[in-house]
Amino acid sequence: MAMRPRPLSPHLQVYRPQYTMVLSILHRATGAVLSVGLLLLAYWLLALASGPLEYARATRLVSSPLGLLVLAGFTLAFWYHFCAGIRHLVWDSGRGFEKAAARRSALIVVVAALALTAASVAAMLGFGGAA
Amino acid sequence: MSEGDPTGMRSPLGRALGLGSAGGGASHWWGQRLSSIALVPLGAWFVVALLSLPNLRYEVVHAWAGRPVNAVLLLLLIAVGSQHSYTGVEVIVEDYVPHKGRKLTALLLLRFAHVLVAAAAMLAVVRVALGGGP
Repeated sequence: MAMRPRPLSPHLQVYRPQYTMVLSILHRATGAVLSVGLLLLAYWLLALASGPLEYARATRLVSSPLGLLVLAGFTLAFWYHFCAGIRHLVWDSGRGFEKAAARRSALIVVVAALALTAASVAAMLGFGGAA
Repeated sequence: MSEGDPTGMRSPLGRALGLGSAGGGASHWWGQRLSSIALVPLGAWFVVALLSLPNLRYEVVHAWAGRPVNAVLLLLLIAVGSQHSYTGVEVIVEDYVPHKGRKLTALLLLRFAHVLVAAAAMLAVVRVALGGGP
């Protein structure tokens, strides 16, 4: 059956960015990033189960400057998705939809995610070259 | 008409089944909430416990992951995390892949990939916990 091109609903690019949509997009994007992070978790655990040599190779890969940057990125994605996810769970309970409350929780999510990431990265750097 | 259906457009059978247009009712939505709630303590535990170790050397991490409590929590993290991850990417694919065949293929491959990765990661944890390996 030949299909005429159907009219499409406008996608993201036609809207002026607003904090509500930016946070929502970030939640989905960080979720996708964390799905890839599962691969890293599996690789790391398999290396751990394969013995000291394999584990050393895996940690060498991750403790390079680029590896640390990637790890910091995953950490930020994790904490953002974590905090924004809790915000979503609160919404699911039917609370926090008022404009002022939503604005406040948005700010809390961003600040908490950044603070938790900073603390985590500081702890990682505290390991020094130990990894 | 009955509550929750002010228009009265649904058939009595449709109302009784309560499965909606997707045919699955609220099971997908509910599964995503359940896994989210479980992942709040599991995720926080994983990151905090790992970063609380004195260092990330092989012996330290191996001993940590091998302790029964930690091994069980790791297994749960992998199982629930991969379930949550799949329900998430499922929605992304459904939103952005309009072609039916391609959508089905993508969902199939993603599901297989999730099960494969979760199985491998869980085997690794079990191996560490039971003291097998070289």
